[in-house]
Amino acid sequence: MSTRLATGGRLIDCTHTTRFTFNGHAMTGLAGDTLASALLANDQMLVGRSFKYHRPRGIVASGPEEPNALVGLGKGRFFEPNQRTTTTPLRDGASLTSQNHWPSLEADIGALNQILAPGLTAGFYYKTFMHPRPFWKHVFEPFIRQSAGLGKAPTEKDGDVYEHLYAHCDLLIVGGGVAGLQAALAAGTSGARVLLVEQTGHWGGRAPVDGAQIDGQPADDWVAAAVADLEALPNVTLKRHTQGSGVYDHGYVLATELPPDHVPGSDTARARLWKIRAKQVLVATGAIERPLSFAGNDIPGVMLAGAVRDYVVNWAISPGARTVIVTNNDDAYRTALTLLDAGQEVPVIVDAREAAQSALIDQARVRGVRILTGTAIAKVKGGKRVTGVALCAMNTGGSAVTEIIDCEAVAMSGGWSPAVHLFSHCGGKLYWDDARAMFRPDPARLPTGHDGQPFVRTAGAANGHFDTGAILHDAVAATQAALKLDRAPIAPSQAQDPAEGPIAPIWVMPAQARYELRSKMWLDFQNDVKVSDVQLAAREGYESVEHTKRYTTLGMATDQGKLSNINGLAVLSEALDKPIPEVGTTTFRPPYTPVPMGAIAGEARDAAFQPLRRTPMHEWHATHGAHWEPVGHWRRPYCYLRAGESIDEAVHREVKNTRQALGFLDASTLGKIIVKGPDAGRFLDMLYTNMMSSLKPGKCRYGLMCTENGFLTDDGVVARIDDDTFLCHTTTGGADRIHAHMEDWLQCEWWDWKVYTANVTEQYAQIAVVGPNARKLLDKLGGMDVSNAALPFMGWIDGTLGGFPVRVYRISFSGELSFEVRVVAGQGRALWDRMMELGLHLGGMPYGTEALHIMRAEKGFIMIGDETDGTVIPQDLGLGWAISKKKTDYLGKRAQQRAHMVDPNRWQLVGLETLDGTVLPDGAYAVGTGDNAHGQRKTIGRVTSTYMSPTLGRSIAMGLVEHGPDRMGEVIQFATTSGMTIDTRIVSPVFFDPEGEKLNA
Amino acid sequence: MLTLTCPYCGLQADETELHGGGEAHLTRFGPDSSDDEFEAYLFLRQNPRGVHAERWRHVYGCGKWFHALRDTTTLQVFGTYPAQTLTPPADLLKAAGVEPAA
Amino acid sequence: MPDLLETPETTVTDLPPGGMILLRGSLADAAFAEVLTGCGISVPGTRQIVPCTVGQVGWMSPDELLVFCEATASADLALRLDAALSGQHALVLRVDDMRARFRIAGPGARVALAKLCPVDMARIAPAELRRTRLAQIPAAFWTENGADFDLVCFRSVAGYARNVLTRAARHTQGIVLP
Repeated sequence: MSTRLATGGRLIDCTHTTRFTFNGHAMTGLAGDTLASALLANDQMLVGRSFKYHRPRGIVASGPEEPNALVGLGKGRFFEPNQRTTTTPLRDGASLTSQNHWPSLEADIGALNQILAPGLTAGFYYKTFMHPRPFWKHVFEPFIRQSAGLGKAPTEKDGDVYEHLYAHCDLLIVGGGVAGLQAALAAGTSGARVLLVEQTGHWGGRAPVDGAQIDGQPADDWVAAAVADLEALPNVTLKRHTQGSGVYDHGYVLATELPPDHVPGSDTARARLWKIRAKQVLVATGAIERPLSFAGNDIPGVMLAGAVRDYVVNWAISPGARTVIVTNNDDAYRTALTLLDAGQEVPVIVDAREAAQSALIDQARVRGVRILTGTAIAKVKGGKRVTGVALCAMNTGGSAVTEIIDCEAVAMSGGWSPAVHLFSHCGGKLYWDDARAMFRPDPARLPTGHDGQPFVRTAGAANGHFDTGAILHDAVAATQAALKLDRAPIAPSQAQDPAEGPIAPIWVMPAQARYELRSKMWLDFQNDVKVSDVQLAAREGYESVEHTKRYTTLGMATDQGKLSNINGLAVLSEALDKPIPEVGTTTFRPPYTPVPMGAIAGEARDAAFQPLRRTPMHEWHATHGAHWEPVGHWRRPYCYLRAGESIDEAVHREVKNTRQALGFLDASTLGKIIVKGPDAGRFLDMLYTNMMSSLKPGKCRYGLMCTENGFLTDDGVVARIDDDTFLCHTTTGGADRIHAHMEDWLQCEWWDWKVYTANVTEQYAQIAVVGPNARKLLDKLGGMDVSNAALPFMGWIDGTLGGFPVRVYRISFSGELSFEVRVVAGQGRALWDRMMELGLHLGGMPYGTEALHIMRAEKGFIMIGDETDGTVIPQDLGLGWAISKKKTDYLGKRAQQRAHMVDPNRWQLVGLETLDGTVLPDGAYAVGTGDNAHGQRKTIGRVTSTYMSPTLGRSIAMGLVEHGPDRMGEVIQFATTSGMTIDTRIVSPVFFDPEGEKLNA
Repeated sequence: MLTLTCPYCGLQADETELHGGGEAHLTRFGPDSSDDEFEAYLFLRQNPRGVHAERWRHVYGCGKWFHALRDTTTLQVFGTYPAQTLTPPADLLKAAGVEPAA
Repeated sequence: MPDLLETPETTVTDLPPGGMILLRGSLADAAFAEVLTGCGISVPGTRQIVPCTVGQVGWMSPDELLVFCEATASADLALRLDAALSGQHALVLRVDDMRARFRIAGPGARVALAKLCPVDMARIAPAELRRTRLAQIPAAFWTENGADFDLVCFRSVAGYARNVLTRAARHTQGIVLP
């Protein structure tokens, strides 16, 4: 059983006990424990089930490469699935839930899948669920959906807060092992701005665990001194609990900080996403140990040899009183020594190599450990935990078991792979070092940045150096290269590890293992991909490693194949009889380990999810029943609800009241752009389809704006302020877009034209005063003459109303007598309040956007976004009158001459009246006779706006219909989604007051 | 996530402060142009795998449009220059290893 | 003005925006600069904000300045500028109401802004007017004393800015910018 040892544990504090639960069982750990070390201290070898076969799974690793020991952590609003126990610090009161099992971890029904395993081979889903077709929707998909997914998605809203942090530096060093520290020392003395991030809570990486001696002192002491030196340097910033998650273009790096002291539910950030711009990046992320592929290598208690050392040295955990070591390299002998030092039994070291000779091996040999070379594990014995191993000769098929050895744990080492992920994210290339059986960063093909120069380098173990002395030397050299220094800024610290012998590239154990064994050799523990699956894929013709990955799901689990990739492609390489470099690797993509969704969102949630734009009158609307409609980032009142009123009732009341008495609209959101200069008129003539340069000061003109491909993009009223100056109104959503459009043409095409623009939308509030009593209201405010003579339709004047300096435009989007009153934003609310007060006696009430829409539709006025959709030209909308025939050019003119644009069959705007009075569905299509080329019913038009008109007491609609204006009075059919059609008569789009009498009332 | 130096501000701006505007140095064809000319102006783009002159606007900064000459595969930026320029500057083309058009 | 947020490290305050005048003209043009000088306005260098007789003037773009002055002075100043620039191609607009203004003060101010802006906050020097992105909105900020920052954004999104600024400023302790 796994136990806590009485002594040791460099990262734990035995004086502080921590309580937690695992699947509801109370357990205790120590301060400094990870969830994994705490579970092992409680002999919890079984921590989860695998994805496909629901096999029992135990802790394999001690770092972010862990594939198995993922748990649901926390509860309710603080629940998060798939938390890696090996990297998550234990907190008092933590609640852990194992995953992927039903009804319980110990007795799992899904484990029946193992019995079916011979049928559940690679590509099982692709092969099985193809036929019969209808089964997919009703049988297969519901079944798969129920079984799919690792862990459970949280059901409640995340109760924590998250944030981003933008940071800049000259050199970012990722990884705080001895390589990273040595690099930081070198860079620090050069004066460069250095940021060093380390994913764990402690410095030094593996060196202290591996017993390295640096400058004649234990690694821990060297690390402590280095950290103290670095902390004294003002140009060096050290961050622990911060993982380099992804490296992107131009030195952009994402790092995820998980503050260890965060209290769930507090208002401090649970995670902080660092958005770093680094001139240079040094990846000192160490190496990841590879498992060995032998039958039963997934049984709880089989662990990576390096991880076993970590648990013993860092957390005083022994995963078993008797641990068998199995290896193809020397490094695992360190685990034997560590276990022996901790008083644990190592019955045998199973070494697959024919010979084992080195200084390191001798250290184990002199301790009297039994070493069996040329030997393999034929099979691990046990179910939910290891009980022993059966051995065989390496060079056999595994049938002849030579010996059975009882044990509680197996420590395996298949060699180490440099953690090149961050190096590869942005294009760094690797080469295969055959002698050392690993992919290494190719110094000739480093990722390049904005200047075409390399900006990512690796150092230490990530660069393929495993000897401490070489690591330290490499760190200084890499720093020198990154900072382009003429010579090394400091001399590296010195270290001398015991000499090691060569690794043997062993990918399957025993070498000629028969199928029965190969089908129990796990490559990908999380996704249940075995050696036999990859071999099957190869037999079925999957030659590309990328295809094999997707076919078998090798490396596609949440650990992204940190343990399985190299072993998998080595097996593939053998199966294809192609050397490993020719098979190649799959692509490393960020993030290195999953980043919390909340950290990616940062502050952008709840009220800050997106900017909400408020007019100066927003609060008034909010306290007067506004039912909001989002328009761009603005919120506009759709209508103002009164007690007991439905939305429709409110809208109809507002329309009727405006038509009969007086309505107020907050029109502040309309864009207002000043265009000034000697060439302003000429510029607007190019921008609008109509002639704007002929507009007289004091007058307004409705204008249409098209894009260069002819389509209508915005409309609005232009007022000429003086000879040089125009004010262009845009739609609510259009102000920024149209201002940018203007600046684009001014800056990039007509840069010699003398025109300045300014978007002054935010400077003003604007209130539309609409209805038969509109003038009376303005007269009541008093201060200026707004009579028909003083201010005719489509004119504007400046003056004072009720003491407010205003500009009044006489324009109308409703067909009613209407004034738009503009005031500086700071006085908008006061003017609005005053109008509401005076309006009471004139039947005044505010109206929202829906009443606005209905009133404009009653008048047949188009609305950008309703009648237009990016494919509609003004000519389609009967707006030919607003297109100047005199102008030789305007944006969109040439496009409107194209064959398709002048096609007489283009759909044209008409009014629509249903015969039975029902309201047409928005967007409904009119059906013609016959089918089109695709065998679908021909369409001859569509609805663009449709309403119940309270003014007319019946439904009205507008739409685009083929030859529409020529078919007045004709009845056509609009299809509904229920398969019915609605008989509809084509009429004029002007439904109300066609003579415009009300306008001049 | 590019960084581009705004030639007006002198600031190495983050891509999120910028707005891309596609291929640079297009010649506008108006009402008198042929169908082919107009089609090419409006729709046909080089979209090269390699050196590309493109339009960017420093939308969260000075609001000015500028041009960048960069490699679309390596993302190397050979330089940025004002939008009021009809062809990429010769020194940038040289840095990009491209022969200036005659 | 009441503090919207006060912690030992950082204070966020709503400031009265004061008077503001938008000026567009060719900053490189000596005649334009001469008129401005005559009205008590100097022409700042690229991305600079400098004090002047009427208050402060900031560089917004190669052909745009933003003048900060007393709220009571802007109407008159705008008229004077407009008159003095008549005959030149220039644009003068009084925009007192267009923006909201905040002060982010204290040792945590740089960190608070670094949570929201893609800017090297550790290197922002006094007199630099930095126009950038504040989370999802445009904003501009500067510091006079190297510690406390003034920030302006558009009026309609003042609530959003207030929200993200106070949240970013709530906890800045222990966060060190490289």
